[in-house]
Amino acid sequence: MCLAVPGRVVEVFDESGTTMAQVDFGGVRKKVCLAYLPETGVDEYVIVHVGFAIQRLDEESAKETLATFERLGILEEEFGDGFEAAAREKGVQL
Amino acid sequence: MKYLDEFSNPDLARRLLDQIHAVTTRPWAMMEVCGGQTHSIIRHGIDQLLPEGVEMIHGPGCPVCVTPLETIDRALAIARRPDVIFCSFGDMLRVPGSHDDLFTVKSEGGDVRVVYSPLDALQVARDNPDKQVVFFGIGFETTAPANAMTVHQARQQGIPNFSLLVSHVLVPPAIAAIMESPTCRVQAFLAAGHVCSVMGTSEYPPLAEKYGVPIVVTGFEPLDILEGIRKTVVQLEEGRHELENAYPRAVPAEGNPAAVAMLRDVFEVTDRTWRGIGMIPGSGWRLSSRYADFDAELRFEVTDIQTDESPLCRSGEVLQGLIKPHECSAFGKECTPRNPLGATMVSSEGACAAYYAYRRLDLVSAGGA
Ligand code: SF4
Repeated sequence: MCLAVPGRVVEVFDESGTTMAQVDFGGVRKKVCLAYLPETGVDEYVIVHVGFAIQRLDEESAKETLATFERLGILEEEFGDGFEAAAREKGVQL
Repeated sequence: MKYLDEFSNPDLARRLLDQIHAVTTRPWAMMEVCGGQTHSIIRHGIDQLLPEGVEMIHGPGCPVCVTPLETIDRALAIARRPDVIFCSFGDMLRVPGSHDDLFTVKSEGGDVRVVYSPLDALQVARDNPDKQVVFFGIGFETTAPANAMTVHQARQQGIPNFSLLVSHVLVPPAIAAIMESPTCRVQAFLAAGHVCSVMGTSEYPPLAEKYGVPIVVTGFEPLDILEGIRKTVVQLEEGRHELENAYPRAVPAEGNPAAVAMLRDVFEVTDRTWRGIGMIPGSGWRLSSRYADFDAELRFEVTDIQTDESPLCRSGEVLQGLIKPHECSAFGKECTPRNPLGATMVSSEGACAAYYAYRRLDLVSAGGA
């Protein structure tokens, strides 16, 4: 039950004084309470847990993290100790 | 979906794993606190892809599993009352109390309903003004804002027949308790990402400092978990112990200030007994005195609860990372998800249930780890 899932805000509306949203989870739409993130706009991604948006998903930072993963290991391949790497691949202790 | 599927990209996972292998020089034991992460680790077999000796200890971060037996028995007693509609998240239904579970209460004619959100329970209260509607408000800091908002609305909108049976638990005091334990083997923590989405990260640097352990805020997708492990191993290898955030796309340092403000208003810190673990000082939230009128524990007096835990069940040791689920002799035999002896076999976030669901049953016959 502790899982929280990201979805895209497709509509923001007011329901008896509370900010609510329709959120799309890859095709499934659900009504979600936006009271804790009332500034969220349509097309933004939010993390939803038991019917509440608890945090916005920051696209910039998602991009950055993925870019770091892409770069991982490349520097070592460039500058690393090739002999050590080869030994490791073979499972040989140096 | 944008930036959602990418976090399970197998090529990038390979890269991260290679990095973890490259930086690891000796054995390390780290704990993932959150049951959602335990589930993801076992499901994707991440623990089996790690370098020899890098061990994932599964933490107590499954709210269903640690809700105290006494509270479950209290819930059962309240749910049995003919004037009550008892609403709960689905995975609480089969959590064993001392004698039975909510499912039994329902099959015996009790009005027990599963809701997706606590707001749905509030709607049930509006629709049934002649009934008492009780919501079972459990969970970590991730779930607490939803329960807080619901009880806040009940008060604001004057819905007198709604109340909350609260048993919230908090992550930072649990980390402290694990580190204080004389049997502690944990050298680092993956902190629960969505708890930090709400609360922010400020509670963790003092813990990292005091206990000399790296704490890395970690997400739930395979790449997130691998990145959390990678950052943790790098810290351990370099002899550092700091708070790091491996899940920045969902965790700003300040968390969600509006939610935190609501939590401070609705709840107050209390000592909490964790099922299988025992009392951890200051590790829970209960309704503050301002919301006493909506406290089901005060509204429905339940006396003479005699708790009685299955003598076979070793979930306490599982929750503290002292044994792995398959080392319990009842695992997969007397105890299965269909017939759970302990709460850790119920929720998909419980370590026993995760081991059972994802092929770890063969471990029993193979006798290996
Ligand atoms: S396998 Fe069942 S009996 Fe054993 S510790 Fe887990 S929940 Fe308890």
